[in-house]
Amino acid sequence: MAEVAGTVPREAEQIGLRNQLRSRWKALPEQNRMGISIGVEIALAILLYFVDHSLAVAVLVISGIYWIRRMPAFPWRLGAEALMTILFLVFGPRSFGILLAIAFALFWVPDRYRRFTMPLAALVLAVLYPFYQTKMFTVPVFGVWPDIATGVYMLVFVMMAVGLNIVVGYAGLLDLGYVAFYATGAYTAAWFASLQFPHTTWHFGAVGITPDLPGIHVTIWILLLLAGVITAIFGILIGLPTLRLRGDYLAIVTLGFGEILPQIARNGDDLFGTGINLTNGPNGITPLDSMGFGHTLSHATGGFLPANFLQCCNAKVLGHQIESTDIFFWVAIGLLLVTVFCSMRLQFSRLGRAWIAIREDETAAAAMGIPLMRTKTWAYASGAFFGGVAGAYYAVFKSATFPGDFFFNISVFILCMVILGGMGNITGVIVGAAFLAYLNQEGLANTGSWINTNIHIGSHHPNIDVPLYASGIYGVIILVVMLFRPEGLIPSRRRAAELHEGVHDEPLYDSAHAGAEA
Amino acid sequence: MAAEASAPTLGNRFSRPSPITAVGLVLVLALIALLVKELMVSPSQFGQTTLIGLTNGCVYALIALGYTLVYGILELINFAHGDVFMLACMFTITFGTHFFGLHQGQGITIVPIVFATLLLTMLVCGAINATIEFVAYRPLRNAPRLAPLITAIGVSFIIEDIGLAWKGPNYVTAPDVFPHTKVFSWKGVDYGWNHMIVVLITIPVLLALVWLVQTTRQGKAMRAVAQDMDAAAIMGINVNRTISFTFLIAGALAGAAGTLYSLWATTVRFDQGFQLGLISFTAAVFGGIGNLPGAVLGAILIGLIQAWNEGLPWHMPGSDWTETIVFSILILILIFRPEGLLGERTPEGG
Repeated sequence: MAEVAGTVPREAEQIGLRNQLRSRWKALPEQNRMGISIGVEIALAILLYFVDHSLAVAVLVISGIYWIRRMPAFPWRLGAEALMTILFLVFGPRSFGILLAIAFALFWVPDRYRRFTMPLAALVLAVLYPFYQTKMFTVPVFGVWPDIATGVYMLVFVMMAVGLNIVVGYAGLLDLGYVAFYATGAYTAAWFASLQFPHTTWHFGAVGITPDLPGIHVTIWILLLLAGVITAIFGILIGLPTLRLRGDYLAIVTLGFGEILPQIARNGDDLFGTGINLTNGPNGITPLDSMGFGHTLSHATGGFLPANFLQCCNAKVLGHQIESTDIFFWVAIGLLLVTVFCSMRLQFSRLGRAWIAIREDETAAAAMGIPLMRTKTWAYASGAFFGGVAGAYYAVFKSATFPGDFFFNISVFILCMVILGGMGNITGVIVGAAFLAYLNQEGLANTGSWINTNIHIGSHHPNIDVPLYASGIYGVIILVVMLFRPEGLIPSRRRAAELHEGVHDEPLYDSAHAGAEA
Repeated sequence: MAAEASAPTLGNRFSRPSPITAVGLVLVLALIALLVKELMVSPSQFGQTTLIGLTNGCVYALIALGYTLVYGILELINFAHGDVFMLACMFTITFGTHFFGLHQGQGITIVPIVFATLLLTMLVCGAINATIEFVAYRPLRNAPRLAPLITAIGVSFIIEDIGLAWKGPNYVTAPDVFPHTKVFSWKGVDYGWNHMIVVLITIPVLLALVWLVQTTRQGKAMRAVAQDMDAAAIMGINVNRTISFTFLIAGALAGAAGTLYSLWATTVRFDQGFQLGLISFTAAVFGGIGNLPGAVLGAILIGLIQAWNEGLPWHMPGSDWTETIVFSILILILIFRPEGLLGERTPEGG
């Protein structure tokens, strides 16, 4: 005991079981640590072999990649990587071998180019996804790769998470009612591209409908922008009276709006008994007009850009029959790219730096001449804008909006994406959001069926309906991340420092306690 | 605004109403006018719904006090509190029916059984609440303010799903043991014993809480920690233990609320806790968060508003809009009078 304690550096001796264990572990010689780790990994693989063979392989592959990355580059790392890739190309799932080869190749790119090559490779892989989705290997536990419709869902939620990240991650304002922006966007799209208002007939560039169809029909491209703008204005309207409140009060007010808006949507078929039908109530508004590039553009490009997504494509490219879902998928990637680009440009703009300053210390920021209200309102409006665009796009993709889509759970779900990935870090948020959206749509169901078939005590199989407990699982994710890694999986360095060292967190305008704390 | 809040003397505020206060007053007057109209349209129904609202308000008060106690001491909105209340409802049903054999038509023997269930539920929920604090909030005490708030939402979701896994996705029925005989019946206004019992149990619980906070040594420690955590620690108060104790008390109040609510309403579902919790939180903010009498006042007002909205015959929005109304009140209060009805008085008792 005494010798071990003596070798621990003084500052590493911290309170709490976790820190003590960690410092014990760090105090061991490197050789021992490596030996123990590899031993544990092999033992785990052997143990998991009895549950599911492919899971054992997965453990070995993941730990193998971990150790390969720590080898000297020549000849060991190159050789091991080549060996592993060839093994999979010959024996195992071929698609995994190819994926492995691409991943290894990417890590041979020198560090300074990696920040370009990595996102580029991710983008190319994403764009090509519809072509190789059906040919992919089965992932242990999670099963088959998500289909393209799930892909659209993931992209839409990534977009919303990037939008919420502006509010929560950059400006540090907790918004628990983000679903209100999602709903506003979706209903805006629904109002201007459906039969919802049959007494007005106005067409503007809409595709796939007869010219005399009643209702307002505006082309979706304009609608996406319009939905964003209307939602941003709505965000400003919510923000103006509430943004002077303290952080936790702001959270509760946004939560209030997030509860009120869906209720208005639910009861909106007969607002207060006046007979005004705004939202068609619980039946929702459906169908919505389709998207499309219009006939002019379609002819000009020789049919490369489809005039109407829903009646597109009988083309077969690279052995893959292109469907309308694929087109929606690619357009979603385009929208996401725009969102990410705006978000990144905002981050380092004057406004973005003002947000970070407010997040870190409101009083100091105000003293430096940053107009608090205006800056916060801009954060709200920008976050709302992307939420609105994403909501409108998803409504068009589903060709429907229902009030049941806009529960409080969704707000927390999007918040959970931001927290899991790492508040303030775009890469982290994208990864976290994509993963959670996948879990919500397909992953939990797949995991559930894996658990129910592979885990058994004797001959007794559990029968757990895993998707039923989705919100509880997100709760566990939130709790675990906040307790053990509050900066998220892929943190922004700045935010991590704030969360670990703490910040001076007393706001300037302290509505409930003004004077009391002075 | 800040100057006004620092010296909130009553006369001052009425002599120079700011535009915001004026708008608020107009809203309140309009509401009162509406209620007078309701009273004239149908007096008996008005009386009936008012009494139901009072019972509602008592349950809300017990939950709201939990929010206010925790907020007063940690400045944390404990989102999980409503779900602890839901667990309390579930515990009541389990304890009452499975342990003590509670069922309909037992006559006077229900009195000791209900009391035993009440005490056991309060104990268990207090312990659960203190455990939540220990596991989820204590490690984050020095983190930025939003960290424990986010954690609280996570805990709330976890508890909700525990309730779901335990009792299933459907409504769970509690035995309808409170007698439905009338306490009094006056001009068409009936007051049943089942409503009366809720009020009769709530009042002593509230008195016990006041006694605890005002006179006991532990209550004094709570007030000291609420006022200044560091100074309290310097004075030799065990801050961690005091905070645990506060969570214990808050949980016990949620337990009492759960027992009363489940035996009174007789149906409970796993997701009701969050909704009722939010309504109660609104009540706590309405009365002035951190202020014990304020929480009770706010809860009774919210209970009345809810009952009037759902029960009155004349041009009321109805139960479809209850949440909208409650949250609108929350938003209006936070905009017009963030310090709540009873102003800035923390558990020190003013």
